Amino acid sequence: MTETSTTSPIGRDTPRVDGPRKVTGLAQYTSDFLFPGMLYGVPVEATIANGKLLALDTVAAEKMPGVRAVFHRANIGRIFRSTPAPGFDRVCEERRPPFEDDVIQYYGQYIALAVADTFEAAKAAADAVRATYAKEKSNVEARLEAGHDPDVVFTTYGPVPREQSKRGDPEGAFASAPVKLDETYVTPAETHNPLELHATTAIWDGTMLTLYDSTQGVVNARSVLAQMFGLPKENVRVISKFLGSGFGGKLYPWTHVPLAAAAARQLGKPVKLVVSRKMMFQSVGHRARTQQRMRLGATREGKLVSLMHDYVYHMSMLGDYHEDCGEATPFHYSVPNLRASFGRARRNIGATADMRGPGAVPGLYATESAMNELADNLKMDPVQLRLLNEPRLDESNGLLFSSRHYVECLNVGAEKFGWAKRNPAIGSMKRDGLTLGWGMAGAAWIAGRFEAAANVQLRDDGTVRVACATQDIGTGTYTILAQLASEKTGVPLDNIEVELGDSALPDGPISGGSLATSSVIPAVFKAADQAIASLLIIAVTTPGSPFLGHKPDDLALEGGRIFVKAEGPGKGVPFGDLLRRANARLVTGSGSAEMTAFAPNPKFSKHSFGCHFVEVTWQAEIARLRVSRVVTVMDAGRILNPLTGRNQIQGAVVMGIGMALFEETIYDPQNGAPINSNLADYMVTVNADAPPIDVTFLDYPDKEINELGARGIGEIGLAGIAAAITDAVHHATGVRVRELPVRIENLLV
Amino acid sequence: MHIFEFIRPTDPAAAIAAAAQSKTAQQGADVRFMGGGTTLIDLMKLNVETPDRVLDINRLSLDKIEDTADGGLKIGATVRNSDLANHPKVQKDYLVLSQAILNGASAQIRNMATVGGNLLQRTRCVYFRDTAMSCNKREPGSGCPAITGHNRTLAILGTSEHCIATNPSDMCVAMAALEATIHVQGSKGSRVVSFGDFHLLPGNTPHRETVLEPGDLITHVTLPPPVVGSKQLYLKLRDRASYEFALASAAVMLTIASGRITHARVALGGVGTKPWRSPEAETALAGKPANDATFRQAAEAALRNAKAQSENKFKIELARRCLTYALKMASMS
Ligand SMILES: Cc1cc2nc3c(=O)[nH]c(=O)nc-3n(C[C@H](O)[C@H](O)[C@H](O)COP(=O)(O)OP(=O)(O)OC[C@H]3O[C@@H](n4cnc5c(N)ncnc54)[C@H](O)[C@@H]3O)c2cc1C
Ligand code: SF4
Repeated sequence: MTETSTTSPIGRDTPRVDGPRKVTGLAQYTSDFLFPGMLYGVPVEATIANGKLLALDTVAAEKMPGVRAVFHRANIGRIFRSTPAPGFDRVCEERRPPFEDDVIQYYGQYIALAVADTFEAAKAAADAVRATYAKEKSNVEARLEAGHDPDVVFTTYGPVPREQSKRGDPEGAFASAPVKLDETYVTPAETHNPLELHATTAIWDGTMLTLYDSTQGVVNARSVLAQMFGLPKENVRVISKFLGSGFGGKLYPWTHVPLAAAAARQLGKPVKLVVSRKMMFQSVGHRARTQQRMRLGATREGKLVSLMHDYVYHMSMLGDYHEDCGEATPFHYSVPNLRASFGRARRNIGATADMRGPGAVPGLYATESAMNELADNLKMDPVQLRLLNEPRLDESNGLLFSSRHYVECLNVGAEKFGWAKRNPAIGSMKRDGLTLGWGMAGAAWIAGRFEAAANVQLRDDGTVRVACATQDIGTGTYTILAQLASEKTGVPLDNIEVELGDSALPDGPISGGSLATSSVIPAVFKAADQAIASLLIIAVTTPGSPFLGHKPDDLALEGGRIFVKAEGPGKGVPFGDLLRRANARLVTGSGSAEMTAFAPNPKFSKHSFGCHFVEVTWQAEIARLRVSRVVTVMDAGRILNPLTGRNQIQGAVVMGIGMALFEETIYDPQNGAPINSNLADYMVTVNADAPPIDVTFLDYPDKEINELGARGIGEIGLAGIAAAITDAVHHATGVRVRELPVRIENLLV
Repeated sequence: MHIFEFIRPTDPAAAIAAAAQSKTAQQGADVRFMGGGTTLIDLMKLNVETPDRVLDINRLSLDKIEDTADGGLKIGATVRNSDLANHPKVQKDYLVLSQAILNGASAQIRNMATVGGNLLQRTRCVYFRDTAMSCNKREPGSGCPAITGHNRTLAILGTSEHCIATNPSDMCVAMAALEATIHVQGSKGSRVVSFGDFHLLPGNTPHRETVLEPGDLITHVTLPPPVVGSKQLYLKLRDRASYEFALASAAVMLTIASGRITHARVALGGVGTKPWRSPEAETALAGKPANDATFRQAAEAALRNAKAQSENKFKIELARRCLTYALKMASMS
């Protein structure tokens, strides 16, 4: 008999249900899977950023020990294009299939693939391939100027007008504003750099293709790969059981995935391909460099009268990706005259792509920095400036917010941080011989749901299985699904099996947009309801059941027990007993829910909000800057698991320290290569840089999102943090850095 | 990675004889000794080093730390960096060396890395480490893309028009200040090299980094007897708090009597094409009052001949501040 719990697991600190598997090494990541006869593929990278591939010499490589083949345009076989589709299906950022032509568009583009019995042999063979090019001058210029684009551009997610939001007369209002700010903010190209490298293993069985792939979206990957190999969708299966994180870089398939599949097809053996750290900087996406001009006009009292956010970002020659820096601009503050618009600068670089908080993270760095500078010009407290410009509704569309508590975030954050003690004079605050800098900024992120389906099984041993083709990318999705199933059935977490990361399961959402949790809730709940409904039919129809003679509607399931509502749960029967009596191994229920994010004609404006308060220490004698303390407050709906929730926010803040102070992908001016393509030269935050981070969730449910009122929390923690840090840097040093990252050389004045 | 033969000799003479067959002991060597392998294996994976034979020297009994007859210290070439840094006598008498080592790399790497290997670690110049790029150090005469490219972390002292690569070692900076001696055994017998003579300036032969010839095995390093009353400090400045090579570092030793500096040794790291002993700074300190003005003058003197590239001008001021502050903190210790 199964033990049952009567208290809800929702909203409680819940350790990861997959934690033991991870810490004991039982959790298998994509590259851990081994198959009989498996071969290893290593791509050959172009060493020019623009031009043509004239010839490849593969003779020496092919003769090397253990080498099975060296593939290139002439022998890889047919790979079709994956084409855009409406919605979030068949998304990929580099649509040109590998080896389709001989045109080199970026440094590191794959030009051949060596396949051998061992990884070492394949690598040696790849290194031995010689290429001849007709090299042309490459353009990796860092200063960005908008190219000649039509007013409406086609992007990864559909058409977008370049003047993306406009109200009133922003130019006129700016011209006549008594107080003005006109500054340009730059964010660098950033590389996702999850610890786990992109990996894929392709296995063919006749015309059935199975891919073990490090992806944040098994369902989308199946659609893309099916089209690339001209197969019906049901012939492709994509599996991603555990992910060593992705940060958006693994949302959609990159060119190494069809390469592995094509090689496996040609050789009739499983082929594994793990990209190198260097390739992670070249061919699997990065966050675009942005250059954002901010113009703010205000009254002397600090009321905004005009806001113009005009930005340019870089992008590859082939891509459609839109870095939507204006995502949060139209609704974040009350301002009668506003414009958000963008231009695009094509470069000889690999594709740009979503990276944690895409668009909003670089965008809010600019808008929040501008707000801080405006507060400075007004000699006003930056928190006050924000409170003064709090909107009553979303002024871009006239809709009410489904749930907005930004003011409370600011007040709680200021209180917890001790903001009232801030002396605004530059360099005036000291502790232990160090100069302190205090800064703050606000945050926002989208909320809503993707389409999702799930099924729930109740089994005769009293256990539950819940399944969905979404993935756990390290954030805690396994645990959330277990909590949801437990909530509905009363079965404790230990007796719930969660199946994710397999496109054979009911279609689930990508792990992106911080929308996976909010999307699966209604699907899992409906599936559980359906399974329970079948169970109750069994209860009233099975010979020998104590519930014979009742109607299903008279009964309920709670704490794992079926009982007559009128009698209360005391006299209930464990559902496993009943299934055994009916000689049924299990009952299954299915559920699904539609997409609500990005849907036309919404009733409410749905977003999450938050803010960061940051302290830095500055030691001018040795130009040493450290972040010493962060207080973050989040209004992100109801928090289902505060333990993993805090972890998401803290991780994002640590990443934000990297964004503010360390991270930048640098392109070599001569050959266009991302030149710091390793983890020693591309710096990310290390543990020693991570300060105490105090996270508070306001925990207001947003019932417009789903029945639990849960939104997402994976990305918002990274929004605004860089602006808060640069503001603190200014407070400590007097230097305004408007081009990230802040480096020692900016402060050595 | 190039296919190579891996040999584990137990006798120094055999190791030396095998290594003597290499055409060079510098870039392009076809026989290499291996200590911890943390530099060598990395570079072999990148095809920057392509030896046909690798001789593991960890069985040659070169792993001891012993007192010398004159009161100094003898450190075997395969002593691990962590063992050296945590040795009681090093912590007591050669504190600057312990601090320098513990500021480098990570605990895991220090547990593998050997003293001999650290003396010979290679530059982190990104062009040197990528065989798709040209580089005078790796392929003499092919050019130096760093001078017109990415050079933020590269050297400001001792550069030439052919190479501006930094020597990245922390340990070596302390050893330069401590006036260590390197003991080499080669096919023609053994010899000693003073620390300052061991590494070479790039000049027009950046591929030649040390005085070593084929077959030369570093057997040990000796440190002179400790300077009585010397105040020592290693200060390392970098972008992030840990796990990064120095943008600028300083190893300082000061002896102060009645407020005056009676003995000073200074070396800089992260800024020179070799571990950078600064006689200019030492002269500026000798006999002067131990105060901020003296320390700043010493730092000015140390950087007087610095030459900046497009991205690393800030390192001149950073190194000045580093040395000034290190001297100040040492004098107060
Ligand atoms: C990620 C990373 C971060 C690092 N960070 C730092 C840092 O912050 N500061 C720092 O100072 N260093 C740093 N290092 C470098 C590290 O200190 C060196 O790699 C290490 O000291 C080399 O020692 P080893 O024994 O592993 O050398 P090996 O790789 O074994 O050898 C290096 C070279 O020395 C030769 N050699 C070795 N022993 C002898 C001998 N007895 N006689 C003659 N030749 C010999 C070898 O043939 C080879 O050419 C870092 C390294 C890594 C990988
Ligand atoms: S600085 Fe030296 S190591 Fe770097 S590219 Fe130039 S020659 Fe090569």
